[in-house]
Amino acid sequence: MTVLQKKSDNPIEHLTPEDIELIGKELDDIRQSVIDSRGESDARYIRKVIDVHRKIELGSRAVLLASGFPPAWVLGTVGLSIAKILENMEIGHNILHGQWDWMRDPKIHSTTWEWDMASPAEQWKHSHNELHHTYTNVIGKDNDLGYGIMRVDEDQPWTPMYLGQPLWSFINACFFEYGIAAYDLELGAVIARKQTGDPEFRARAKQVLVKIGRQVRKDYLIHPLLSGPNFLATLAANFTANTVRNLWTNSVILCGHFPEGVETFEKKSIEGETRGEWYLRQMLGSANISGSQAMHVMTGNLSHQIEHHLFPDLPSNRYAEIAPKIRDLFDRYGLNYHTAPLPKQVGSAWHKIIRLSLPNGWLQNTTARNLPSQLGKLWKMTTGSRKERRLLMREQAMMAAA
Amino acid sequence: MTATVPRPTAAKPALRALRDRVLRVAELVTTPLLPADYLDLVDPLRSGAALRGRIEAVLPETRDAATVLIRPGSDWQTHRPGQYVRIGIDVDGVRMWRAYSITSDLGRTDGCFTVTVKAIPGGKVSNHLVRSVRPGTLVHLDQATGEFCLPEQRPAKALFVTAGSGITPVMGMLRNHPELTDVVLVHSAPTADDVVFGAELRQLAAEGRIRLVEQHTDTAGMLDAGAIAELVPDLAERATWACGPVGMLEMLEQHWAAAGIADRLYTERFRPKVLVTGEGGTVTFTKNGTSLEAGGATPILDAAEEAGVLMPSGCRMGICYGCVLPLREGAVRDLRTGEVTTAAPGDGVLVQTCVSAAAGACDIDH
Repeated sequence: MTVLQKKSDNPIEHLTPEDIELIGKELDDIRQSVIDSRGESDARYIRKVIDVHRKIELGSRAVLLASGFPPAWVLGTVGLSIAKILENMEIGHNILHGQWDWMRDPKIHSTTWEWDMASPAEQWKHSHNELHHTYTNVIGKDNDLGYGIMRVDEDQPWTPMYLGQPLWSFINACFFEYGIAAYDLELGAVIARKQTGDPEFRARAKQVLVKIGRQVRKDYLIHPLLSGPNFLATLAANFTANTVRNLWTNSVILCGHFPEGVETFEKKSIEGETRGEWYLRQMLGSANISGSQAMHVMTGNLSHQIEHHLFPDLPSNRYAEIAPKIRDLFDRYGLNYHTAPLPKQVGSAWHKIIRLSLPNGWLQNTTARNLPSQLGKLWKMTTGSRKERRLLMREQAMMAAA
Repeated sequence: MTATVPRPTAAKPALRALRDRVLRVAELVTTPLLPADYLDLVDPLRSGAALRGRIEAVLPETRDAATVLIRPGSDWQTHRPGQYVRIGIDVDGVRMWRAYSITSDLGRTDGCFTVTVKAIPGGKVSNHLVRSVRPGTLVHLDQATGEFCLPEQRPAKALFVTAGSGITPVMGMLRNHPELTDVVLVHSAPTADDVVFGAELRQLAAEGRIRLVEQHTDTAGMLDAGAIAELVPDLAERATWACGPVGMLEMLEQHWAAAGIADRLYTERFRPKVLVTGEGGTVTFTKNGTSLEAGGATPILDAAEEAGVLMPSGCRMGICYGCVLPLREGAVRDLRTGEVTTAAPGDGVLVQTCVSAAAGACDIDH
């Protein structure tokens, strides 16, 4: 893949500027129709989800008091994992987007909500709502593309360091909430610029540490202590539930923008972008997950990533309702509505992570028969001189092009 | 205070402090939620919870008015007759707050109180309460407040001048102050059937407790101050409480002032009187980050709520100061007087957002 503007088969070449503005207008109308019909049944929906979450969490924590008894451990861990996923996705993510601010309920509002997550809501809202949702899939602007540690595009030069990409992506997935916290802090960039002494950074870092402290104390000290002799079993259950939640949310988020075929954009392409063009970028830069209603709820309706990116602040329960209209719009304007079942999207995303961890073309050129020679070349590219690497990389790219 | 009124005992604050301490420890268990978030699942009306009430019944009064029976949470402190209560209720999923006069008898033994609501054409909350709300609905409450009450030293002679739903605080007083023996009530309503509490008022009149003058404005037109003076010749000897439309109150205020007895007239407004409007402007909430265009006739509070900003609010008529926020820069206009308040960068002039409209661009610290 490469940024959309450099593609030989540019998927938006057939659209005139007028087309793009018409798309924008249609989308504005869809948005307004949802806003006009927001009401009591939507409010009832989010309150129900919150109520169900609290009851599942409470029930699971109670069952885990007896976590020394294996069936209780399993039941409690499954319940707590589900509760944490619901809390992060359908509840926390969407409330923090301001999807429910219109209810004017101070208990369910983007400015007052705090979630069961290492990153403080305030910091996440900045990096997610302001940066990621504004600069979606713009290389160099949207840090969600690879979270600043990954090679996400062929145009990004390959170095041997990226061979570790699949491994650290997996580690990041297991501890995703801490990865997000570090990412919201822009920890990598701050360290690289040697700005860790900056008082503003220190204040934010302190907020994160306080939040992590509370979270860790709850899951790994207080609740285990409450279960008395089952201290270790409860600690293990809580760790498992957090890890399950981390792996799940990481998978869902990978599916949103990382599967093969999702477009990325050049920095200069968004200069002077119109509302219609912004919408178009969201349409091409997101991918949906198809599946059951339960799956949609468990992904926080991020399975409707395209709809979510078009209208980040519409109530999540309404995405399913507008999805057919959006799909129809894609069809009418000859655009690819990217959707597939969860395993396929996760597979596609991981395939891309692995492909980009290797030099351009290497994975494509490798077959069972030439594997030894390809591995040999990879070894040389990794350990050889810079010149040798450059030559071999060019050879791989040419083989792939042929 | 009489011996029958329960006094807060010394044990209670101590218990309360202990409860608060236990809840703080419980926060370690429930973070990032609060223990209250879980307790609310079980008992939203418990002591220590945010004050709420449950609607127990809605009793029709006239074709467009109803009395709403509310069971308040344990922390409800009793009201003084004539006071109002602010009620927050979700209408079409949106939390809205309105103030209504309390009409019930303090002697009720079931722990409930009532408010009586008249549906205003186009009024979202009043129509919802009169026509759609179901018993069992939870509402949010503030403690009763308001100064439209009888003084400790009861007047020997009283006059009440009311119109429409203006009867509601007065009904609260009549029901609770049987010690008033010389009462004249001049009440205006479109027809006899539109008189809220009509049957009860006529009964009181028949018993001789009050002298009731009903003015049915559809047929007899509106009363002016002169007509009231004719109907109540000893008006100057009476302490007068008036509640009704802004126009009526202004007329009474002028007449009482002209007669040199302005200090004997107490009035209650349900809505601020808007005098002056002008150009609006862009309002920016600096902490929240929201910017919005507000019209010159729209209170900043309403404009902000419309835009989804959580705002502190109170009486919504410029009385309680529950809505004040610092104006850091720019200008706002007081809708009641037209007075413009400006702030230079760095200032923090406190403005009442419920009766102030933008008068140009302004930055509000919220």
